[in-house]
Amino acid sequence: MPTHFPLFPPTASTVAVEMDLLYLFITAVCAFFAILVVAVIAFFTIKYRRRTPDAVGADIHGSLMLELTWTFIPFVLSMVMFGWGASLFFRLASPPANAMELFVVGKQWMWKVQHPEGVREINEMHVPIGRPVRVTLGSEDVLHDYFIPAFRVKMDAVPGKVTTLWFEATEVGTYHIFCAEYCGTKHSGMIGQVIVMTPQDYEAWLAGGKSTGTAVQNGERLFTDLACVTCHKPDSTGRGPSLLGVFGSTVTLTDGRKVVADENYLRESIMNSQAKIVAGYQGIMPTFQGMVTEENLLQLIAYIKTLKPAAPAGGQGK
Amino acid sequence: MADVHASTAAGTGVVAHDVHAHHPRQQHHFYSMDQQLEASTLGMWVFLVTEIMFFGGLFMAYLLYRYWYPEAWAAGSNHLNVLMGGLNTAVLICSSLTMALAVRSAQVGSRMGQVVNLILTILLGATFLVVKYFEYAEKFKHHLVPGVNFDPALPRPEQLFFSLYFIMTGIHALHMVIGIGIMLVMLVWAARGRFGPSYYGPVEVSGLYWHFVDIVWIFLFPLLYLLGAHLGHGGA
Amino acid sequence: MTTAPVQEPRNSYLDAPHGIASWLLTKDHKRIAMLYLISITIFFAIGGLFALGIRLELLTPKGDLVPGDTYNKLFTLHGVIMIFFFLIPSIPATLGNFFVPIMVGAKDLAFPRINLLSWYLYVIGGIIALAAVAGGGLDTGWTFYTPYSTQASQTSVTLAAMAAFTAGFSSILTGFNFIVTIHRMRAPGLTWFRLPLFIWAQYATSLVMILGTPVIAITLTLLMAERSLGFPIFDPKIGGDPVLFQHLFWFYSHPAVYIMILPGMGVVSELVASISRKQIFGYAFVAFSSLAIAILGFLVWGHHLFVSSQSIYAGLVFSIITMLVAVPSAVKTFNWAATMYKGAITWESPTYWVIGFMGLFLIGGLTGLFLATLGLDIHLTDTYFVVAHFHYIMVGGAIMAFLGGLHFWWPKMTGRMYPEPLAKASAILVFVGFNLTFFPQFLLGYLGMPRRYHEYPPEFQVLNVASTGGATILGLGYGLCLVYLLWSLKKGQIAPANPWGAKGLEWEKTQSPPTTFNFDEDVIVTEPAYNYAGTKVHHG
Repeated sequence: MPTHFPLFPPTASTVAVEMDLLYLFITAVCAFFAILVVAVIAFFTIKYRRRTPDAVGADIHGSLMLELTWTFIPFVLSMVMFGWGASLFFRLASPPANAMELFVVGKQWMWKVQHPEGVREINEMHVPIGRPVRVTLGSEDVLHDYFIPAFRVKMDAVPGKVTTLWFEATEVGTYHIFCAEYCGTKHSGMIGQVIVMTPQDYEAWLAGGKSTGTAVQNGERLFTDLACVTCHKPDSTGRGPSLLGVFGSTVTLTDGRKVVADENYLRESIMNSQAKIVAGYQGIMPTFQGMVTEENLLQLIAYIKTLKPAAPAGGQGK
Repeated sequence: MADVHASTAAGTGVVAHDVHAHHPRQQHHFYSMDQQLEASTLGMWVFLVTEIMFFGGLFMAYLLYRYWYPEAWAAGSNHLNVLMGGLNTAVLICSSLTMALAVRSAQVGSRMGQVVNLILTILLGATFLVVKYFEYAEKFKHHLVPGVNFDPALPRPEQLFFSLYFIMTGIHALHMVIGIGIMLVMLVWAARGRFGPSYYGPVEVSGLYWHFVDIVWIFLFPLLYLLGAHLGHGGA
Repeated sequence: MTTAPVQEPRNSYLDAPHGIASWLLTKDHKRIAMLYLISITIFFAIGGLFALGIRLELLTPKGDLVPGDTYNKLFTLHGVIMIFFFLIPSIPATLGNFFVPIMVGAKDLAFPRINLLSWYLYVIGGIIALAAVAGGGLDTGWTFYTPYSTQASQTSVTLAAMAAFTAGFSSILTGFNFIVTIHRMRAPGLTWFRLPLFIWAQYATSLVMILGTPVIAITLTLLMAERSLGFPIFDPKIGGDPVLFQHLFWFYSHPAVYIMILPGMGVVSELVASISRKQIFGYAFVAFSSLAIAILGFLVWGHHLFVSSQSIYAGLVFSIITMLVAVPSAVKTFNWAATMYKGAITWESPTYWVIGFMGLFLIGGLTGLFLATLGLDIHLTDTYFVVAHFHYIMVGGAIMAFLGGLHFWWPKMTGRMYPEPLAKASAILVFVGFNLTFFPQFLLGYLGMPRRYHEYPPEFQVLNVASTGGATILGLGYGLCLVYLLWSLKKGQIAPANPWGAKGLEWEKTQSPPTTFNFDEDVIVTEPAYNYAGTKVHHG
């Protein structure tokens, strides 16, 4: 058994410090009130102890002033906690635009990580220090959750959807990855390591790694192999809408609804094409469920994101 | 407040236990038939609130998926038999009428009125269930039962529609069966002259239950059967 | 404490009528309460055994005691049994059933036969649960999340869901009985604002029971339909949403935690008034805070879904309302403390349990704030921090309140006193053992140890060993309690009608134990609750 043990996880990301501060703030406020109330009760039970068997307490019913005070003060303190927490939460939900993309798919009971340059890992994730990293998460079977305590980030991997989390590592080192949503027999074995390296070491590692093609290359290959290109021509002559600039644009559907074409929209269109049909087109796109894995989906999405409109005045997409 | 006698424990007065004739149907823990009737009625209303919450979960699932998959929902709705559904709606509304008349008959002490109206209510309820049986059989024939024989050529979310269709109408039908059971008991009791102007609580609260089951159907019918026509689309 | 010699009371509800049939077919709310007390104690023991298995496995970082699948069943069944078969019925079905009619001055609940039915449903649910345990167990977590529960688990999911469904129906019947009783059967003169706060708490709890429980019933029905009939509802391959299950599940299960704590808060109000021989400070505020908790409790379920892919805007709403629901609990705690000011406080055993409750509920409630805080919850959710938080409230709070109430009302319910020194020792053992078990888990949570893990990295071991050590002491405390309470039934000192010199209809107008119809004469109420200052104290 180890003789010394940590009380805090390593602080290895840009949000970790703020998260620890928020934690300490709430602990301090709560400790203050807990000690205050306990001390007051302890004091009262001694000072006002029953001195004769028939003694009764004083005839006191209440005090509106006190009630308002001890309602208002906890309310204000809790709003401070809420405000700080909400701001941190928004920060955690807003990856910077220049973030490096990683794709992670969970399946019972392992994590499959793919770097955009093509290198793949199982239960390990190498990342460079000082660069924001955006992880796109998928699941092949049941709910999982990607949790890195040292970075203070966590997000469920939900089958049928795409979720994201982001971080920027600040300390070189090796840290735990845990699955944090119960997923069956080897839930506690679905763990790994995130290895944070200096940018040079990271490039070196990347270059030495076996590449099976970048995500975008794989996506492009799938786009051809699955015959997407037959209907989704770059101009409007195809039976399906052109996908140039589609990612991030607003799409109008046959029933008049307008939706933003985000990753989940693209994923749904591939897996369940009848759900949202673009206005002006027929519902003839076949479904590819069962023909593509979660990883394939992420690769196709990565590829489609690179499709930019031909004319510079188009103004759509990124 | 009545005159109270001081006792050794000050603050609560005591009066001698009232000796008055109890109605034979008054239960011992109530002090009057009025209190008993009020308690039973409030009890049934509270129970109906729990039923609203129970069906409410189903309506929530329906609402979410209808918002996400309007075309599959329209297609599913168009696969339902509006004629049979409409007939069942009329049958249930009539049964609510006969139920209300049965309660009224109990309140005025008409044994014949109670018996006739309860029998009619039961028959109408049974008719509903028979029509339901034929409807379900038709769904089986047309490959519309999820998990059993659902037509793979149909859009996949339509299976969600049919799952909810069978569960919602199935649970409703289960409540109808229970309702008919309750009415049979009421019928036997009414025929034996148990109810009258001074005691009609059980008929009244059974009536409340029956009306509730009817109202659930009034919501189910348009949401399930009339949706396709409303959304104006044909099937996929 | 008592002045006059006390004799065995005549014709208590315990002696007449005789025979097991008279118990199994009883309509007496007091007998039904005792039937429930026996049943929930049995399930508490079973749930406790599963907890023992969990803590023994967690002594070492490797999963060397039981295979992973077995461990998953241990924590799942611990949760299912403790929540559905112990905590949710606990105070309402025992102390509530026994004292709600008496405290409103009635001879029984509004619907005595439905009360008996609710016990039978509980027992049937329990038998189904045991069948599920015997027939393969359950390994989905007590939360039954899809798609694991509908598609991947190889255990008795449908049977277990049926068990929870049945127990839920039992709970609905209890709640509905209390609501009608409190509305329609109060004795003359007993206005709402003269009611004991225990009644306000039971009323608020009953509102939650009747509004929330049907939703878990339909959720489990949908789960069973998908798993056993193959009807897709949550299946993502068909376009269903696994997160819909989570919303439906937590819509009940969050209010459920208020079902578990509100009655305990009601007990604490009664005990604090009696211990201090004083009117509860801010009676109306304490009464309304129970209602506020019940209502707000229905609006916060999404705080269980902050990392589930729920919209961040929904997250904002749920977080702020969760902060609001903490405020009435704080108000209650301050009012209890203020009641003790210028009281006449005794240090008999119920006081020990109440003080224990205060300390543990404070920590439990305050740690809820950490989890309600959005950014921080990202790190803490699904870790041992959550496990520690809910055990502080449900065990540290609810169970200590339950045991405190059980001790306080034991002489009234059984006609016997338990041995004071052992009761004090048990309260201390439970308090110390509890803190040692669960405080380290807060630290484990921030360190990052996820929930539902039977293997863990070695640096988490020291805190886990401390936790298991505490669990042993906690178990001893509960065991001791069971032993002397059972002993007292035959050998305990005969109790007078009012051993504590407390005010209340149960203490002043009934024997210990009460007769079958509770009161010798009809009750009329002319004073507010806890009117200590207005009268002299009477023992016996």
